[in-house]
Amino acid sequence: MRSLAELEQLKRHAQKELGVRGIGGYCRATFIVHMGTDGIAAGAREVLLAILDELKRLGIHDCRVTQTDVTGFGMKPPVVDVVTPGHRVETYTGVSPEGVRKIVAESLVESRVAAV
Amino acid sequence: MGVLYRAHVLVCGGAGCVSSGCRAVQEALKSELAKQGLDKEIKVVETGCMGSCDLGPVMVVYPEGVFYRKVRPEDARDIVQEHLLKGRPVERLLYHTSQREIIQQMEDIDFFAKQRKVVLRNCGIIDPEDITEYIARDGYEALARVLTEMTPEEVIDVVKKSGLRGRGGAGFPTGLKWEFCAKATGRPKYVVCNADEGDPGAFMDRSVLEGDPHSVIEAMAIAGRAIGSNQGFVYVRAEYPLAIQRLKHAIAQAYDYGLLGKDIFGTGFDFDLEIRVGAGAFVCGEETALLASIEGKRGMPRPRPPFPANEGLWGKPTLINNVETYANIPPIILNGWEWFAGIGTEKSKGTKVFALAGKIANTGLVEVPMGTTLREIVYDIGGGILGGKKFKAAQTGGPSGGCIPAEHLDTPMEYDTLVKLGAMMGSGGLIVMDEGTCMVDIAKFFLQFTQDESCGKCIPCREGTRAMLDILTRITEGRGREGDIELLEHLGTTIKDTALCGLGQTAPNPVLSTIRYFRHEYEAHIREKRCPAGVCAALVHYEILQDKCKRCGLCRRSCPVDAIEETTEAELVAAGVGAAGADMQAAGASQGAISQPASSPKRKPLFINQERCIKCGVCMRECRFQAINRC
Ligand SMILES: Cc1cc2nc3c(=O)[nH]c(=O)nc-3n(C[C@H](O)[C@H](O)[C@H](O)COP(=O)(O)O)c2cc1C
Repeated sequence: MRSLAELEQLKRHAQKELGVRGIGGYCRATFIVHMGTDGIAAGAREVLLAILDELKRLGIHDCRVTQTDVTGFGMKPPVVDVVTPGHRVETYTGVSPEGVRKIVAESLVESRVAAV
Repeated sequence: MGVLYRAHVLVCGGAGCVSSGCRAVQEALKSELAKQGLDKEIKVVETGCMGSCDLGPVMVVYPEGVFYRKVRPEDARDIVQEHLLKGRPVERLLYHTSQREIIQQMEDIDFFAKQRKVVLRNCGIIDPEDITEYIARDGYEALARVLTEMTPEEVIDVVKKSGLRGRGGAGFPTGLKWEFCAKATGRPKYVVCNADEGDPGAFMDRSVLEGDPHSVIEAMAIAGRAIGSNQGFVYVRAEYPLAIQRLKHAIAQAYDYGLLGKDIFGTGFDFDLEIRVGAGAFVCGEETALLASIEGKRGMPRPRPPFPANEGLWGKPTLINNVETYANIPPIILNGWEWFAGIGTEKSKGTKVFALAGKIANTGLVEVPMGTTLREIVYDIGGGILGGKKFKAAQTGGPSGGCIPAEHLDTPMEYDTLVKLGAMMGSGGLIVMDEGTCMVDIAKFFLQFTQDESCGKCIPCREGTRAMLDILTRITEGRGREGDIELLEHLGTTIKDTALCGLGQTAPNPVLSTIRYFRHEYEAHIREKRCPAGVCAALVHYEILQDKCKRCGLCRRSCPVDAIEETTEAELVAAGVGAAGADMQAAGASQGAISQPASSPKRKPLFINQERCIKCGVCMRECRFQAINRC
């Protein structure tokens, strides 16, 4: 360790890994995948994995991906809620793994707008 | 860049949870995650002690922050398949309040919500074996600032102004000690960490070393810079293998990252750190004995002065502080002395970690601001006394401390107030006693401990504590004499005044403080040969309440020494056994016969042969009709 700057850099990197635990504070967006029986049957698990892959591809760490067993009545599964700062919730229905890329991009833009 | 884990499962790996089986839970969890193909998405981390030892094994699932308690390996399947896969927290593993209310989040549980964590800031939150997790929590930033932006005098000034006092027992102002060491002229100088923690029931220091070892390493390097030392030693007892292992690992990582060793942060400052393992004698926690032990000599104290600050290890200036004292240093540097001085009371700044033990609902590790009352700790955080019994007293400071009785429950926990009450802060052991505790017996227990641990070097401690112990033993065995209490007081004050080191000087404290608050219990033992709490075996006896006895014979069959005998009614009356017997005599006299409510008329009455009885209490436990009385 040669300098404070080097330590700072290491810290920023390490905090990304710990964002899940609420360490390092800021969370850009939370993706909540509905994992009820109907959701799973319609491929919710593949959607969840696609979100993780997309975030990894973009090198984004300050987002959370969680799951819920709440099912949206009358909504076409798989359903994904995206919560961005200020507790804005955007709900996407009938999501496919291919559609994930667009949702992630939209949410990140959204979160930037909201954060300003 | 590493994989993004969408969830982290933090499994408590404190010694309490290890002994309740957290390792098996962790293995079960990992294999279930692998089976479900989730091991690339979900990370399992073993942390240090989370504090809630009686609920163990415990774990927290992030990002939701769901707290599970008493988890068994069989529960891994539901946690993975229901919670981690489908998002349904496993209700049966959630925390329930005494009102049967279910609480999901750790921070909503009273035990955690009412604490303030400074020393334990990282315990239970980070992986103690991963230095980057410590760094993510501002780790080593204080050291960086000390080395690159502050002079040693400024560092000492901050520590002095913070008001931090030693957490090892005596409460000496830390900044002042650092200043003495900095001014000492001998070279080289040494920095030592006292992690001996010999207080029975205390595990604050062990938890810091197990859960956040880097906080101590960082602080020792800071201390090295402040006093002008390049060599540190951590003295840990061999009974703490996990703490030693984690500390070793952490020291190796710090060397790898250039945070120990040569030219730290490119400032030309070198600092080396080694572990010294002690055999676990209580006296080796005393600083001069500890230093002797590090030098490879027998761990015996020596008179002070000279103080270690001037003549310590190998006769060189040595700074010695406790684990918890060190763990406070990095946040003080980062947040400023004003921040630290803003926590606590006028003369006791910051927080204190306590190990809650005894007859209390929630046992474990808690950290509260100085000045928190004993009542808040026992009732709000500790959940009150087990089994709804009454609080009798709390022992602070372990075998060197004293007891605080119920009338002082609203005492703020701070150094000087506790001393005034005849107790002391000590290192943080807090043993709660209920009405079923005999204070004479407790005093005997602690004195037995110090007497065993006395190193034998000075006569007041070696012989004096033995004389006191003999008196206490005879009192508890019903052979106490008039004048024994005064003799104990006389011996106690003399030993305090004349013993060589803190061990002897404090050994009489538990006796003197129980005499101060519970003199009547001593008197009952001596004069009435009675133990009011019903603990001292020689002074209790069991008797059969004839009006409740159904003569089923269960007690008779279970008695290991055949002390329960059949008798004729006439013999029973003649013997007039116990209070019930006397009642019956009265009844018999008026009615001309003994009435036998609801018992078999064919069977003979039972009574306990007091000569043969060994007071094991089996009969009382076995009896289904509460017909056996202990008094
Ligand atoms: C018998 C005896 C046992 C002690 N045991 C410990 C101990 O286990 N840990 C500790 O830190 N201090 C212990 N001390 C206090 C040390 O002598 C010393 O005061 C302390 O390590 C200084 O650190 P501090 O100023 O940070 O509290 C003990 C003292 C005595 C007399």
